[in-house]
Amino acid sequence: MTLDELKRKSLSYRRDILTFIYQAGAGHTGGSLSCIDIINVLYNAIMDIRPGNWESLQRDVYIQSKGHSVEALYVVLADLGFFDRSELRTGNRFQTRLIGHPTRKVPGVEHNTGGLGHGLSVSVGLALAAKLDKRSSRVFCLLGDGELSEGSNWEAAMSAAHYKLDNLTAVVDRNGLQITGATARVNDPEPLEDKWSAFGWAVRRTDGHDIAKLVQALGELPFAEGKPGVLIADTVKGRGISFIEGRVEWHHKVPSREQYELAMRELEVLS
Amino acid sequence: MSGETVREIGKANLEVFAEITEELAGADPSLLVVTSDSRGSAGLSAFAARMPERMVEVGIAEQNLVGVAAGLAAGGRRVIAVSPASFLAARSLEQIKHDVCYSDRPVVLVGISAGVSYGALGSTHHSLHDFAALRGIHNITVVAPADNWETREALRAALAAGRPVYIRFGKKPLPDLPHRGAFSLGKGRIIREGSDGAFIATGETVWRALTAAEALAQTGASVAVVSMHTVKPLDAELVCALGRSVGAVVAVEEHSEHGGLGDACARVLLEAGLAPRYRVAAIPDEYTVTGSQDEILSHYGISASGLSQVMSALLSEG
Repeated sequence: MTLDELKRKSLSYRRDILTFIYQAGAGHTGGSLSCIDIINVLYNAIMDIRPGNWESLQRDVYIQSKGHSVEALYVVLADLGFFDRSELRTGNRFQTRLIGHPTRKVPGVEHNTGGLGHGLSVSVGLALAAKLDKRSSRVFCLLGDGELSEGSNWEAAMSAAHYKLDNLTAVVDRNGLQITGATARVNDPEPLEDKWSAFGWAVRRTDGHDIAKLVQALGELPFAEGKPGVLIADTVKGRGISFIEGRVEWHHKVPSREQYELAMRELEVLS
Repeated sequence: MSGETVREIGKANLEVFAEITEELAGADPSLLVVTSDSRGSAGLSAFAARMPERMVEVGIAEQNLVGVAAGLAAGGRRVIAVSPASFLAARSLEQIKHDVCYSDRPVVLVGISAGVSYGALGSTHHSLHDFAALRGIHNITVVAPADNWETREALRAALAAGRPVYIRFGKKPLPDLPHRGAFSLGKGRIIREGSDGAFIATGETVWRALTAAEALAQTGASVAVVSMHTVKPLDAELVCALGRSVGAVVAVEEHSEHGGLGDACARVLLEAGLAPRYRVAAIPDEYTVTGSQDEILSHYGISASGLSQVMSALLSEG
């Protein structure tokens, strides 16, 4: 996919995310809009995961540890044909498969997440199994920055380096906000590069909304032979909608009809 | 006490676990054992030396232990994750719930040195909560084998089951019990028939209950003994059959009196409209006295003499 095509995908996914949340009456608006460019680039330019190779152990694997931003994942999976786009209208409804955190009931979801600090350990297990069995499968794990307060992440980080899992890549959606407020004020995760580096990871940092930079950084994997890699992606919570960007109250706020229409017009202008 | 059979003491279930693990690993090239600095405590050092490629060590990190085990299972491996029961069923409880049970990954979780096996090391190391904690989680089978044979069979069955299973046992040598029929997860085993009363026991309390039943026979009481090795799902059919055929039932477990086998059996009996005279012999709701496993269990009446007293009293009420 060309950079222009990827950019158009990002805009279209943003519309789908807002529509999903508006129709469902629930969702994590801010976080889904901060990580959508990352998920877009992973699925459409980096990872080898398709409905056609889902059953294969040779394919790549994606674990979304920040499970609450599930709308961003659903719209991409629907676009890739894991399930019909029309099902997006059922989000959060009684008996839907599309619940508020990823579950394996939904085609294309690898692992059930939602409790924070779980995804990286599972990713370590997946990457280690691939190494032991000499499979080329790579494992990608999306982490939130607020989530990094969970100590289990650092247990997993230690073992990933211990087992030299250079087939494992973590991407940190560094949007700087969590439900209480600025991550820097709640429990400051910085200096992030130093932390990951001290834990034995190869670290890169980039603008998590610059498609070209994301493609370039993730195209250079592994960042170092024999080391797990982490890309710290600096992002903006609510990115793309002027009145949502950087506002903590939009962590899981749902747009009113007026706000939804205004947001869709803003995205229309961008396209 | 008089009339007590002197039993031949076998191995510790822990030792049998190491043997069967090595046997199963030999038969299944995909099997991995994940430990959290627990290979020595689990008696797996010799196995680790002989088959190092089958060991995954995560260090003292129980949350990571279970998450990594789930990931390895998702990557196509058969996985046994081993840690002291106390930590496995508490520190990593959320990983058990989310990453193993909810995500439906067939990890066999082995809780070593369970119950009060750690004795005088104290309550940090006792697991008197594991049945209660895990019974409340969907999609996991909870097993406490009574002897060496059940330990072997339970591990074989757990790996064959292809779904989440938790197995817990102690580390002290204990006698093998009479065996009849095949082992099946979810099906209690009648160790001794009886028509007056019944002990429904689990794990390492079963032989104590059997010794009590044998002593009670000397006094003319006919008391059945069941090894209810699977605490969840409970063999409700067998519990109800006993509830109909005897007048007194004592549930026995090396667990808190809350949320374990005793509560589970009581519910099944009541829902079936059965009301035998009923007691639970378990650890009361307190941090235990200091002592060895034997001393602690005896202190709380979970010994052959304590159990026969409870049963005698219950039978005499009738």
